[in-house]
Amino acid sequence: MSRTQRALSFCLLALLGLAYWLPRAEPVFAVLFPGRDRLIYRQDTFVDLLVAHLWIVGVSSGLAALAGVGVALAVRRAWGRAFRPLLETLLAISQALPPVAVLAVATPLIGFGPLPALIALFLYGLLPIAQGTLAGLDSVPASAREVACGLGMTPAQILRHVELPLASPVILAGIRTSVTINIGTAALASTVGVKTLGLPIIIGLSGFNTPYVVQGALMVGLLALTVDQAFAVLAQPLRRWREPDGQETLSALTL
Amino acid sequence: MIDISQVSKTFGSAGPAVDDLSLHIATGEFVVLIGASGSGKSTTLRMINRLVEPDRGSIRFAGVDIRQIKPEALRRRMGYAIQSTGLFPHWTVAQNIATVPQLLKWSKARVADRIDELLTLLHLDPDAFRGRYPHQLSGGQQQRVGVARALAADPDVLLMDEPFGALDPVTRATLQAELLRIHALSGKTVVLVTHDIDEALQLGSRIVLMNHGRIVQQGRPIDLLRHPANTFVHDFVGRTEIGIRLLALDRVASRLRPGERAAGEPISAELSLREALSAFVARRVDRLPVVDEQGRPAGALCFDDLLER
Ligand SMILES: Nc1ncnc2c1ncn2[C@@H]1O[C@H](COP(=O)(O)OP(=O)(O)O)[C@@H](O)[C@H]1O
Ligand SMILES: [Mg+2]
Repeated sequence: MSRTQRALSFCLLALLGLAYWLPRAEPVFAVLFPGRDRLIYRQDTFVDLLVAHLWIVGVSSGLAALAGVGVALAVRRAWGRAFRPLLETLLAISQALPPVAVLAVATPLIGFGPLPALIALFLYGLLPIAQGTLAGLDSVPASAREVACGLGMTPAQILRHVELPLASPVILAGIRTSVTINIGTAALASTVGVKTLGLPIIIGLSGFNTPYVVQGALMVGLLALTVDQAFAVLAQPLRRWREPDGQETLSALTL
Repeated sequence: MIDISQVSKTFGSAGPAVDDLSLHIATGEFVVLIGASGSGKSTTLRMINRLVEPDRGSIRFAGVDIRQIKPEALRRRMGYAIQSTGLFPHWTVAQNIATVPQLLKWSKARVADRIDELLTLLHLDPDAFRGRYPHQLSGGQQQRVGVARALAADPDVLLMDEPFGALDPVTRATLQAELLRIHALSGKTVVLVTHDIDEALQLGSRIVLMNHGRIVQQGRPIDLLRHPANTFVHDFVGRTEIGIRLLALDRVASRLRPGERAAGEPISAELSLREALSAFVARRVDRLPVVDEQGRPAGALCFDDLLER
């Protein structure tokens, strides 16, 4: 097992351990926050919230990855080249809108529930992925592309055998950033009634219940670390040809 | 083999990159396109394998207009090597060499045999190099792999764009000699672009000197040196160096006095007369003993014989 894989196992155990331990942590919180009742969030189990959170992040990020890579590939084709500046402007605008504002505007239009949240998360997820894909494809050496073409590869073969493999570490880095950000942003979806790990935080904030806020924040933070580490594991084989002895530096977020 | 007829190509608003150029390249010829930077050499080369489509004129390959051949199919019949090698960094040496055979769906065993054959041909030990990645090779080794990849599917034609331009002089000389050996061995048609007149004189069976997208003069190396068509050619082949370059075209063996003897360290009959001249001057003698390839005494070379008799 590599160091990265060990770090992932550690994060995963810590996350599941926390979800199991929190409902039993009343004595600890009683010491930390003396003279309070309702010390532990019990409206939903933390495992339920975790699953709901992962679901909404998974769906929105999955769609964002497909669309982000797709549009980036499209604007690099001859027929899409003219749209590249437009795409980059749109993505920058979508990133500049505050998530709470998008949720506040989308909810009256689409109604409560997960759909406005999914749309908002999808839009936030797009930018890093499309940018990563564009940067990754731009980083492919022009000489490699030139020779691939000169030796008789079709455009599809060049994409599959040369461009995507060489761009994949940067594309994956874009997806990693996008998903990590989305995990945090998804917590905000609980402001419009969606069940996520943000729920204890929102309820805790509105009810002046700091223990709830701490519990939700711990879960979200640990989930973000775990998923980030999972991406570090995924990224390893993509760069193997660069570092033949399999050495890889741990991500900055590693504990 | 390749028939370029009245071909022109203009990019954007600048003047034409290639201007009404006609060139016939026979099978087995080693043609060198030479000229200053921007004279249209690469564009000419890239039109042969349809990386660039001409605006006017036509190119025929083995009698067929290349517009009748699918670009990918055409390119797989022509090896292509460039200065920056363009090796795929995420593929091993073996995978890189196998690029075209794999596109042509050769069997695994045939591809593996071919990889070892080519590595051996280019003096790279197959067991040591097969599994290496490009970043683990020196510049010269990378270019050897680039040449091996261009040769992999046994193409009819080899197109090379300044393949040795980025190498140090020693490595470049070695690879030039090896390219000549491969050309002699395989009889392939080679079209090579360079801006280095010494490289052109050494490699080309015919030199095509270009300027502003047109051919200024073409012919055997000795024709360009002896009969430059105008002052441009005269300057290009290097006014003050013409004598030296003429000497570089001939081997010691061609001026040898067989059976005669001389004192001192013998030189090889395979050396160029230019190198022999250097030996005369360095040793301050006017006679040098000469040995053949096996190291047996072959005769003597006299300083006066450097002048053509
Ligand atoms: N793809 C291209 N787009 C625009 N201009 C080009 C392109 N390729 C070549 N040119 C122009 O055409 C001229 C000839 O270029 P090239 O054939 O590369 O010259 P050489 O190989 O002799 O240096 C130059 O002025 C160059 O700028
Ligand atoms: Mg050029």
